[in-house]
This record gives sequence, structure tokens and C-alpha cells, in this order.
Amino acid sequence: MSELDITSLLPMLILAVGIMFTMLLVAVKRNHILTFFCTLIVLLASFISILFIKVEAPHAIGELFLIDRFGLYFQALILLATLAITIFSYISILNFFPEKRKEEYYLLLMLATLGSATMVISTHFISFFVSLEVLNVSLYTLISYYRERTTAIEAGLKYLILAAMSSAFLLFGMALIYAITGTMSFHPLASIITTLNTTDTIMMLIGIGLMIVGIGFKLGLVPFHMWTPDVYEGASSPISSFIATVSKGAMVAVLLRFFIMANLYRFEKIIMVFTGIAILSMLIGNLLALLQNNIKRIFAYSSIAHFGYVLVALISGKELGPPAAIFYITAYTITILGAFGLITIISKSDDETTDINSYQGLFWRHPVLAAIFTVVLLSLAGIPLTAGFMGKYFLLTAGVGQGKWLLAITLVISSVIGLYYYLRLINMMMKQNDDATSNSNLSKILSISGGLVLAILGFLVIWLGVSPNWLIDLVNRLLTSLTS
Amino acid sequence: MILACLIILLIGSGLLAWLAGRWNSTLPRLISLAAILIQFVAVLYIWIESKPNTAGKEWITSYSHTWIPAFGIQIKLAMDGLSLLMSLLTSFLGVLAVIVSWKEIKKRVGFFHFNLMFVLAGITGVFLSLDLFLFYFSWELMLIPMYFLISVWGYENRTYAANKFFLFTQASGLLMFLSILGLYFIHGRNTGVYTFDYEQLLNTSMGPQIAFILMLGFAIAFFVKLSTVPFHSWLPDAHTQAPTAGSVILAGLLLKTGAYGLIRFVLPFFPQASHQFAPVAMTLGVISILYGAKLAFAQTDLKRLIAYISVSHMGFILLGIYALNEMAMQGVVMQIIAHGISIGALFIIAGALHDRINTREVEQMGGLWSKVPRMGAMALIFVMASLGLPGLGNFVAEILILIGSFLTNKTLTIIATLGLVAATIYSLRLLQKVFYGKENKHWEIPDLSIREMIVMLSLTAVIIWLGLFPTTVLYESKSSVKKIIEEANNNYNNEGKESIQIKKAKNVPMPSTALIEGKQNLIIKHLNAN
Repeated sequence: MSELDITSLLPMLILAVGIMFTMLLVAVKRNHILTFFCTLIVLLASFISILFIKVEAPHAIGELFLIDRFGLYFQALILLATLAITIFSYISILNFFPEKRKEEYYLLLMLATLGSATMVISTHFISFFVSLEVLNVSLYTLISYYRERTTAIEAGLKYLILAAMSSAFLLFGMALIYAITGTMSFHPLASIITTLNTTDTIMMLIGIGLMIVGIGFKLGLVPFHMWTPDVYEGASSPISSFIATVSKGAMVAVLLRFFIMANLYRFEKIIMVFTGIAILSMLIGNLLALLQNNIKRIFAYSSIAHFGYVLVALISGKELGPPAAIFYITAYTITILGAFGLITIISKSDDETTDINSYQGLFWRHPVLAAIFTVVLLSLAGIPLTAGFMGKYFLLTAGVGQGKWLLAITLVISSVIGLYYYLRLINMMMKQNDDATSNSNLSKILSISGGLVLAILGFLVIWLGVSPNWLIDLVNRLLTSLTS
Repeated sequence: MILACLIILLIGSGLLAWLAGRWNSTLPRLISLAAILIQFVAVLYIWIESKPNTAGKEWITSYSHTWIPAFGIQIKLAMDGLSLLMSLLTSFLGVLAVIVSWKEIKKRVGFFHFNLMFVLAGITGVFLSLDLFLFYFSWELMLIPMYFLISVWGYENRTYAANKFFLFTQASGLLMFLSILGLYFIHGRNTGVYTFDYEQLLNTSMGPQIAFILMLGFAIAFFVKLSTVPFHSWLPDAHTQAPTAGSVILAGLLLKTGAYGLIRFVLPFFPQASHQFAPVAMTLGVISILYGAKLAFAQTDLKRLIAYISVSHMGFILLGIYALNEMAMQGVVMQIIAHGISIGALFIIAGALHDRINTREVEQMGGLWSKVPRMGAMALIFVMASLGLPGLGNFVAEILILIGSFLTNKTLTIIATLGLVAATIYSLRLLQKVFYGKENKHWEIPDLSIREMIVMLSLTAVIIWLGLFPTTVLYESKSSVKKIIEEANNNYNNEGKESIQIKKAKNVPMPSTALIEGKQNLIIKHLNAN
């Protein structure tokens, strides 16, 4: 390995070394706060090291990794999201899992982060798959971490079985593609697929089709979405938000990279399949969310729909699509972190507040929290002054720009359906509820630190909604290395 | 710059009011009142200053600033005669909305005024935007606070009404957004310049079919706002359930954004498609007039009744807009203002009555004149205004619209005239049931207070002013209306597919000042005779 290799992998190395260091630390002294701060410092150090990498020239490490603006941007996003999730996790663990072994949680969280962060720089099936498994295995445990709860165990098992199966599909698809093309690297595929004969093309399509099953599962797209609501409900809120943002976001990044580098846009059938998946995800996700009474299940179904929206961008071609997808993922990450963070903060100590009826009158009990929650919900619904609106605008521009009217109109219809349940939640918070007492018994400092993170997220949502220039410029510059 | 300040002022005072509401419930009212009064004075000042040079310049004042250059989005605000009148109406009704909720709103005062100021900011934004993205942004910005106004401070069935309102307007708004994007891309492909700028997007050339589809996207959004039958069903619910200030703003301003959108965007952008669509739109307008009148006659809920009167009046606006000639369009401008004043006043009376007797059921009222003579007299004035009594603003508006549309489509106009007869019936029934007739129940209630009298008297002054001196308004809107009609008709002629009907309409002379003055004399004579 050359010096350049090491410097460009530095964030990952810091993270990996940090994980080992934290593990030793836990072995030497079990202390929740210490582990927590150690995690924060490792994540921060890793994030800061990203800022020092020279991004002008993309740097390839063998065929396995390509460190470019695109990958680094997603790494930074993942690390920052995990930072927020760590803080919410600390609150959540103190609340719901006291007097148990808490320190391993942070190790697993960092491992999962490492998996996602290497996934976004992968340009090879092997590096992609290995990092995916690092992420998956950590997630199995994290989902069922509160092991005294049956829902957590159920969710963990469900995820284990389905994820293992989807990995199998993914592997089989990769194997088929390898059998035909003789390469596992994304980039050479682009030139090879132009020379394939008819039978090979069909095999290739089957291979990609099988991979779509695996990828569709990870993204929770219809018809591979069954696990989403149960897992979101069973896992603790910070972990649910980790799945919704980091794990799914990393998968979208790989998908974008794979699509662009291997130039899969030339296969019309693949695009058709994705169009179908996108339409189904948008409609079914939003329709099913209407029927839910559990707030985490609502967010689960809404995330199905939101990743359907992201697919619209993916389908809309190389020029307009990827920036829109990246912008949307960023906006969604910020928003959904706020949503789940809020659930964590206002929950009672014995159980998470997930029934929407317990949000009745929140506006008059905790005006600031409720205001942030309202902003977050409006952003998910895509109403102006919020990041979600700009994201949706970006997506629609991409869709309409490529003449994908069917997708654009489905997006519009499904977001109107979606509005209905977001409004229901907002209405619930507005309702008068005089007898309720403040149901949070967090210590003041904790609620303040959690509230601070929430306030930052809420501020970002509005800032991106009012002045998204800087992010648009950033996002537009990411793709130069991909298309070349 | 002053235009941007108007919007910032409202937003800022809204935030301030919310903060102040945590300590004191009078402070938010004062802050909002001050802000909206400043806006009122500022717009009045612009009006007075602008008078000498209306002819030469296209915009009285304008402001532009880059916002998201990557997409060609800018903050571009401009004011011509039309938007000046709209802004004036906005700030005038805004002041009244703050005053009428002084006693009515007792809980969450800070948050109420936050929402009120944001609705007004959104509406001002809609009337001033000259960038389609900014326009859509403001369009959506009106919705959320209005939703809160209905769902938090409304009456018994408020959640249902608020949701219905929101879903209707949001769904149609997104359709419009798709059309805006379509326009943006077509213009971009044609010229290589991707921009949302109104003036650059004018004269975008496109195929007739595409133009028609894009036009429909815009038109549906505006029809929903204008509560044209068959898109009207949100309006009776929203109006009935909203608090008084909410109803005033809904009826007086929010509906008018639909009319404004049709005039400002649909006609100039899609002249040919608009001409094709005109017969359909005029028919819908006539149906709204008659259907609204019929339902208004059948209602027993006072606010619902007034809401259907709105539907009927909005039909006149639609009829006038799609008559596509200057006279009818001037009538539309007049109707927008007069309806805002007269229906606003009726809602304020209904609200005041509800405060006193806690019901909106007409059957529970009756014989109230002897108890509350001042309220009765005020109601009489505005009921007469809404039925189109000469001497009051609505008469001028309706007569101009009917004369204008008669030149374009005789049959429909004749049918529409029946609406005036129907208006007399429902208006008189309203007055009869509530203030005359026998007492159904014995109420002991106070008459209008000084605060309420100030509101009502200022409204009365305006409606009489509009009836007697309509030229003040018509003169102001003349140049912008003329320009829009010219754009709609000239571009249409260039396409070379002129229909006979339009040919006739095009040659119609302007409602010259002489004509209006003549009518004025007639009215004055009429008044003297009485």
C-alpha cells in the first residue's frame, strides 16, 4: 500500500482502529459515559480526517475502492448521521435499558458505520459484499439489542432471515454476471456489456435482476418491503433511524455508482423494472401508512415511499438524476433523524411513545419540541420552507426533465396521499389535552443535549428549505469523477 | 426593495408575535396590528406616489435578487396596478382580521397571530411574485398557516374541514407545479436558458396540445382556489369551520389568489389554449353562479350560506375572466375587491352573532333587529351589496362583467343574469330569517361594540366609495388589464386561428371613463331619488 492509499483510507482506518481501541477500553473498564465519549471522539476524528483528503483527483485502490468526491460526501454524511444517532442512543439506552451491559452497543454501532462507509467507496462486487455483510451482521444484533423485549427479538430474527436470503440473491446475481463477463469490477462492465450477444444479455439481465432483489430488500422497496414496519417497530428509535438513513443511504450510493459506472441505463428492461418498483413503492408505502396507529410504523411505510421517490431520480438518467437523489437522501437523512430523535426524547422510561394518541396535545405541553416535529413532518410531506420541499422539487425536475411524466405524476399523487397521515399527526399534536402531564422524566442536561441536536436538525431542515444553494453546488460537483 | 420589506415585515412580526405570546396575550395583537398597518400605509404611499407615471412604466416598483442560481430561480417581486390593488385589499382585510379577532381568540394568542401574519405574507407573496418558483413557494406558504387557523381555532367540525381544504389545494397546487416545470423545460430546450422568470417565460412557443395540457394544470389549481363548481366542495366546510378572521381571509383573499393567477399567468402564458378553453370555463362560471345561488338559498347554517354566496360570486369572476375583453376584466378586478369587502363584512357579522348566541343556525334566530339594530343595519347594507344594489361596489363589478361577457357569449351571459335574480332571493331570505320575521327564541344580546362598529363603518365607507367612484380603482388597474388582454388576444391572433366570436370581442371599445362617469351620474341620480 502506498502512502496515498493510506491517507485516502484514513477515515476508515481511524474508525477501525477506534473500534478496537474502544473494545479494549470496555475490557479494561466498563463505563457507559466513557464509552460514549470515546465513540463520539472516534466518529468526529474520522469525520475531520475526511476534510483533509485531497479531493481533486479520484484515487483508486486496486479495483476494490475508488475514493472520490462522491464517496467522501456519503462517508461524511454517514459519519455525521451516526454522530447524531450516538447521542440519541445514549439517551435511549439510559431510558430503556438501564443496569444492563450497554457498552457493546457502541462497538456494534461503529462497526455498522464502518460497513456503510466502506460500502459507498466500493467499486467491486467483493468489497461491496463484504462491507454489506459487516453492516448486516452488526445490524442483526443492534436491532435485537434490548433483548428483554419480544418485539426486539422478533424484529432481529426477521431481519436476520430476510437479510440472509437477500444476500444470497445478491451473491447469485453477482456470480451470474461474473460468469458472463469475467469481471467483478463495476467500471469494466460498461464496455463489456456492449459486446454481449443475445443469450449473454439475457443472462446478464437475470443476474442484474437477482441483484435488484437483494438491493430492493435493503432499501425496503415494494415488493420486498415486508420487513420494514416490523423492524422499525421492534428496534429502538435510534437504530430505526440508523436503518432509515445510514444503511439505506449507503445502499443508494452503491446503487448509483453501480448504475453509472457500469452504465446500466442502456438496459431498458432494467429501467422498466425500476419504474415499476418505484411506482409501487410510492403508492403502496403511502397507502399503507394511512392505516397505521403506531408512529414508528408510519415512518417505516413512509420510508418505503421516500425511497420510491429516490428511485425516480435514479431512473431519470445520468445528468439530472444523481444530484437529485443525493440531495434528497441528504434532506431525508436530516429530517428522519429529527423525527426519530424526537420519539427518543419524549418517550417515557418504560417504553417508547409510539402510539399516535400519546402525541395528543404535545403542542401545548412541549411547544418547542412539537414545533420541531411539525417542521420535520412538513419536510417529509414536502411543504415549502423545508428541506423536503427542495428535495421533492429536485426530484420532479429530474423526472420532468427526462420526460418521465408517469413517474412525476405518481410522485405527485402519492405525496398528496402521504400528506394525509402527516397532517393527522400534526392535528393530533394540536388537539387540546388538558389533563396530560409532562411525561418525560429525563434529567435536564440530557434533554437539553438531545434537544440541542434536534434544534440543529430542525434548523438545517429550514435552512435547506430556504437557501439550498450551497448543497446544490456541492452535490453537482460530486459527479464529475463518476461519469468520467 | 420596499416589496421585499413588506413580506419580511409580515414574517418577522409573525415570529415576534409568537414569542411575545408566551408572556402576554395583548402584545401579539399589538405587534400584528402595527405590522399590518405599516404595510397598509406603505401600499397606500406607493399608490399615491405612483399616480403620475402609470402610463410610461410597466411596473410601478420591482425588486429582484438571486436565490438559487443553479436552477434559474430568483426572488423577483414587482408591482403593477393590478397587484397594487390586490396588496391594498390584503393589508386592509388584514387589519380588520386582527381587529375582529381581538376578543374572539382567547387561547394561544401568540400562535394565532403567527399564523395570521404568515398567511398574509404568503398572500402578499402570491400577488407580487414574478418568478414562477417563488410564486409556487408563496402559494404553498399560504396553506399551512391557514390549515392551522382552521384546525386549531375553528368550530366543532374543524379537523375534517381543515384536512379537506388542505388536500384539495395541495393536490391541485402540485398539478400546477408540474405545469410550471413543464413550462420551465420547454423554454429551456427552446432557448437554452433555464429560468423561472415570468417575463422570459412569456411567449414560450410550444405545440397547441402541450400548451393545452400545461394550461389545464394551472387552471385546475386556480379553479380549486376559486371554488368553481365542481371543485368547490372544500369551501363551504372551510368557511363554516374557520374562525371569523380565517373566514374573512379565506373569502376575501385566498379565493382571489385563484382569480389573480388566472389573470396574471394563464391568459398571458397560454393565449391560444385559453381561447379554446374559454367556452368551457365560462360555462363552469355560469354553473357556479346558479348552483351557488341555489345552494345558498337552501342553507340553514349562516356561515355556510354566506360561503355559497361566495361560490356564486366567484362564478361571475370566472365568467368575466374568460370573456377575454377589457371591460369584463375590469369588472373582474372590481368584483375581486367588492366581494372581498362585502363577504368579509357578512362573515364578520356572522361571527359577531355567533359570539353572542353561540349558534349559526338560521332557524334559531329571527326578529333580531329590535335587539341589535346596529348589527341589523350593517347586515342590510352588505346584503344589499351582495345582491348587487346600484350605488354599492358589487353592482359596478357585476354590470361590467355582464356587459363584457355579453359581447363574447350571449347565451351564457343571459343565463348568468338569472344569478342576479337568484341573488335577490337568497339575500332577502337571509335578512328576513335573521333580522326580521318572528322571534324564534328570545335572546338578550348586546349590540355591536365600538371596536366592531369601527370595522363595519370602514367597510361600509369602502363599499360605498367603490360604488360611487369606481374610476379610482378602474383607472389604477386599467394599464395592467389592458396589457394582459392585449397579450392574450394578440398572441392568439398571431396563431392565425381567430374565431368569429373573439373578433367581435376584440373590437369592443374600452369601458371609457365617459361610460363609467355616465353610469356614476345615473347612480347618483338614483340615490337622490331615493
